[in-house]
Amino acid sequence: MTAYTGRIASTARSRTVGSRIATSLLYPLGLPTLLLVLWGLVATRTTSRFFPDPLTIAEAFRETWVGPAFVEDVLPSLARLGLGVAASIVLGIAAGTVIGLTRWLRELLEPLLEFLRAIPPPVLIPVVMLLLGITDTMKVVVIASGAVWPILLNTIDGVRGTDSVMTETAESFQVTWWERLWFLVLPAASPRIMAGVRQALSVALILMVISEMFASSSGLGYRIAYFQRNYLIAEMWSGILLLGLVGVFLAVAFGLVERRVLRWYHGIREVNRA
Amino acid sequence: MPDRSTLLRVEHLRKVYESATGTVEAIGDISFTMDAGELVCIVGPSGCGKTTLLKCLAGLLRPTSGVVEMDGSPVTGPSPAMAVVFQEYGRSLYPWLTVRGNVELPLRHKRLTRAARNKLVVDALEAVGLAHAARSHPWQLSGGMQQRVAIARAVAYQPDVLIMDEPFAAVDAQTRADLEDLVRELHASRTISVVFVTHDIDESVYLGQRVLVLSTSPTWVQEDLAIDLPPERDQITTRALPRFTELRTHVYDQIQRAKRGQAVAPRSAR
Repeated sequence: MTAYTGRIASTARSRTVGSRIATSLLYPLGLPTLLLVLWGLVATRTTSRFFPDPLTIAEAFRETWVGPAFVEDVLPSLARLGLGVAASIVLGIAAGTVIGLTRWLRELLEPLLEFLRAIPPPVLIPVVMLLLGITDTMKVVVIASGAVWPILLNTIDGVRGTDSVMTETAESFQVTWWERLWFLVLPAASPRIMAGVRQALSVALILMVISEMFASSSGLGYRIAYFQRNYLIAEMWSGILLLGLVGVFLAVAFGLVERRVLRWYHGIREVNRA
Repeated sequence: MPDRSTLLRVEHLRKVYESATGTVEAIGDISFTMDAGELVCIVGPSGCGKTTLLKCLAGLLRPTSGVVEMDGSPVTGPSPAMAVVFQEYGRSLYPWLTVRGNVELPLRHKRLTRAARNKLVVDALEAVGLAHAARSHPWQLSGGMQQRVAIARAVAYQPDVLIMDEPFAAVDAQTRADLEDLVRELHASRTISVVFVTHDIDESVYLGQRVLVLSTSPTWVQEDLAIDLPPERDQITTRALPRFTELRTHVYDQIQRAKRGQAVAPRSAR
């Protein structure tokens, strides 16, 4: 046997660490800083009380959210968000896999699913409220009922699109049903599933706020609505700021998970581009 | 060949595809037998149903009529006695698994100890010269290396027959020569039988102990040709032998005749 040595492709890391950190900080932070300065300038010139300057908002942020409010309002909101997202991921992937793999079920359900997905979830809040009362469960259900659709529909598409040669390979080697699910169907669908989860996260955040604005005595949405009604403008802005930060945090956390789960997918794209 | 028992028997195999636009008779009537330990190449004009035949052999397709028998029992589905190497390595290897994971996957449902499984994987990767790439992903490797992974996966499965569907059609000529020698070597060292489907006449003559020439669709076996080249083959000297040239010319003529439809079907076919 002649030894066969071939090159294994790897991704290049050429730029120096220092300059990389500098650019990676400058680009994302540059524009927000500029906007903050602009905001400050506008706020000092205007007489409108609806635009307090950034320092006032920062002060309000510290007073409002650092302390007991974090435990009373922010944590319950995040818990409901987390539960809602988790429920929609589990439900979406499980149901999506079953529907995607079963042809008659798919044909039966697809029109109905498209219809249900087209309903804006906030209109369901009063209905769910009637059924479940003003409870945490109601809010989690509302979040999940909106966030599940992108995951479900993407999973169906992803599972259905499993490559025929890959399936034949599994068949010819008599790979068992569970192994096929775990090593073929789900990984093959994972890029689509992750795209669905990304959409689901933003839908879930919106629904978290709205469900709390409707009927609640705690939570971020409730607090923001309360500040609005009571003309606590700086506090209101600080709540909006916090919501934005939660959104950014979610996106970053998702990015980390996605890069881990889809490492092969990004790797292929990188190799193909090179 | 110490073992001369019949391993694979194909009798009056016929495959008709039915679709809304009509029926297509891909395979008319194919019969042949193959002994254990043989290396048989199947060659034919393009579109002659080579892949269909192979899928019937592997149990991936049900023939419309006729029998495929492995070791005396009819093939009704994929069997652990056969392993397939597909042409499209890029779609046959799973990109989310490492090279090692790909080779190991078919072994998971075999009741093996972890050590035994590991030994099979390492051994197969060494046999194809890819022990150093076990932890890479397939897409990090060149096309030829990827096809080696697919071969390793098939070898680790420990089949009696290796069924290869134009496995080297998508790799460059030099890699192809290396891979051809790899197949001959695995065949010799592992007492594995090989059915090798190809559209490349030179490849079929260089590799095979026998070459089955197929007709155009609806297909039958136009010729069953024994390749009387010495068992020790070499890309340079074997291909320079006068006998090699004779054989390849002969196969080439047969395929040309098949394309022109001049070949006469055997009595049983019509």
